Amino acid sequence: MLDLSVNIGAMRLKNPIMPASGTFSEDCAKLFDIDALGAHVTKTITRDIRGGNPTPRVCEVRGSMLNSIGIPSKGVDYFKTNVIPFYDQYQTPLVVSISAGSADEFAQICEEVSVPGVAAIEVNISCPNIEADGKAFAMRPSTTEAVMRKLRAATDLPLWAKLTPNTGETTEVAQAAESAGADALVVANTMLSMAIDIHTRKPKLGNLMGGLSGPALKPIALRMVYQCAKAVSIPVIGCGGIATVEDVVEYLIAGASAVQVGTATFISPTVMVRLISELEAFLRTEGLSSVSELIGSIRDEEASDGVFFAEAAE
Amino acid sequence: MTDMTLNPIFETICRVKSNEPINREYRLIVLDAPSHILKCEPGQFFHLLCPTKGDLRPYLRRPMSIYGFYPEAGELHFLYKIAGEGTAALSALEAGENLNVVGPLGHGFDIQDDWQKLMVVARGVGLATLAPLAQKAQQMGRKLTAICSARSPEVLMSIDHFKALGAEVITVTDSEGTSGVEALEQLIEAHIQAEGVDAFYTCGSNRLLTMLQTICARHGIPGQIALEQQMACGVGMCQCCVRSFRRKDKIIHERVCKEGPVFNLQEAMGC
Ligand SMILES: Cc1cc2nc3c(=O)[nH]c(=O)nc-3n(C[C@H](O)[C@H](O)[C@H](O)COP(=O)(O)OP(=O)(O)OC[C@H]3O[C@@H](n4cnc5c(N)ncnc54)[C@H](O)[C@@H]3O)c2cc1C
Ligand SMILES: Cc1cc2nc3c(=O)[nH]c(=O)nc-3n(C[C@H](O)[C@H](O)[C@H](O)COP(=O)(O)O)c2cc1C
Ligand code: FES
Repeated sequence: MLDLSVNIGAMRLKNPIMPASGTFSEDCAKLFDIDALGAHVTKTITRDIRGGNPTPRVCEVRGSMLNSIGIPSKGVDYFKTNVIPFYDQYQTPLVVSISAGSADEFAQICEEVSVPGVAAIEVNISCPNIEADGKAFAMRPSTTEAVMRKLRAATDLPLWAKLTPNTGETTEVAQAAESAGADALVVANTMLSMAIDIHTRKPKLGNLMGGLSGPALKPIALRMVYQCAKAVSIPVIGCGGIATVEDVVEYLIAGASAVQVGTATFISPTVMVRLISELEAFLRTEGLSSVSELIGSIRDEEASDGVFFAEAAE
Repeated sequence: MTDMTLNPIFETICRVKSNEPINREYRLIVLDAPSHILKCEPGQFFHLLCPTKGDLRPYLRRPMSIYGFYPEAGELHFLYKIAGEGTAALSALEAGENLNVVGPLGHGFDIQDDWQKLMVVARGVGLATLAPLAQKAQQMGRKLTAICSARSPEVLMSIDHFKALGAEVITVTDSEGTSGVEALEQLIEAHIQAEGVDAFYTCGSNRLLTMLQTICARHGIPGQIALEQQMACGVGMCQCCVRSFRRKDKIIHERVCKEGPVFNLQEAMGC
């Protein structure tokens, strides 16, 4: 019997495949049985009702994409009356992604979404903190720690901190989140990027800059997962550029306990169900009996000094 | 618009039956499609995974209106114009190759019970979007008049297609000087006076939108418009395809892929 289940802290997921925030919605239920997934992760919401950024909100770059969707939000009330009941129909645990511009507001929404039907809260601390001159909370260990402490005090639900690649202090930020009480890390969000149309000379995104996602992000997020898994003892959930079962396995080996699939769903909306069955097939052909045998199984004994060297070079 | 919330969406690999130019500007691709994906409404679209062809490597899918869907023959048709990398790659597909499609997507056109006399005003590739409406109008026994506009008579499309579906067709072109806003407005006003119009249908262009909004408001005639916006997911999850609409004195945003692509003509705003 092959065992695809994984533990994220006290939560047991039937398999390690789940969607990334912002790339999944109730609409997916029209495409496949979403109860097949390890977890459901919703698009980030904020307390206030927000419109999001000007269009164009996406553009493609070679084999990947940039987005500047922003966080259009219908607010917490809409979420509680419409979205949570929808996911209640399913067995799969619901993970709610939240964000805010200040630590206090963050704590407030965290408390507001700590309701029955929600299994865990993913905190998108990769968005700009208005109190720290617009820098995202997760760019610095100090702002990460401060916001995570407030969030920890606001809920008893598991807290997943979503980190950003836009930092030179990956391990310190990861450790700050852990020491402030995070139950898991999601690594990572998109990387700040830009694209320009050479004929019109205009930026391709209405917001000028946006986040890189898709295969081009994978080596960066994979490196961060590896660093984080070394630096903390809470589970790390890998995210960035996953499109194939080989990508999933690579993240697990690097130390991820589970993975999130984002942009690949836009290319193939049924990709996650395929990844689950391909992961099972992979275990079988490799003669493994469980996913946990892969997690953190990287053979890096000789080269481990390199990690610290690379981090110092930033 | 038509409530399709309970209808499933499919990701399907279809075989290309043919993919040929139909005039200097437009091409028709015919896919071999299973009938379960062909429960479509006029105005809906599919999201196409255009192939990698040589240097052409489109990444995201490309939205394309359903030009024709034939459950009996198991065929799905798209009429398209080469606009850039994705459509260029699409045009390089040969009979026998595969194309991955996601759909049917979005909310299509409505034909309400008391809309007996329909008028379609279409330009360019917008005809592709409006053609299935003519078929539905015919099935429902409604009278349809189509004003087809193009740059020149050579690139006028689908005239025979519309005629075969029982529509009265009026053609206007830039090269003949008959497609300008004033000329069109006179033509439409004359038609309203002579025969009456219960509902208007159009696509795309800001110019047509503004003109029809004025005419419809003047006579209190309802209208629907199919709009375009860049898309990533195509099914409603990413929020990238929003456009602005005027509703009850407020400006709101809706997703072209999910709430649209067909919207209330009076609420639509140009871009
Ligand atoms: C609902 C809908 C139905 C459509 N139906 C048809 C049709 O029946 N026939 C047809 O020829 N065209 C149709 N279009 C337009 C078609 O999607 C674009 O021409 C196509 O995406 C261009 O891709 P490209 O790579 O060739 O061009 P590029 O300009 O290289 O595309 C770059 C990016 O911009 C996007 N983009 C460019 N133009 C448009 C556009 N007008 N609308 C939306 N996204 C765009 C592309 O999808 C791609 O992501 C439709 C668009 C929408 C939204
Ligand atoms: C269109 C789009 C919208 C996104 N919205 C959110 C969001 O609301 N909250 C969030 O934490 N991450 C968001 N992300 C980031 C993804 O969750 C993910 O971290 C990132 O895309 C990297 O994974 P991928 O390469 O598999 O897409 C979004 C990504 C995309 C492409
Ligand atoms: S394209 Fe993703 S919501 Fe419309």
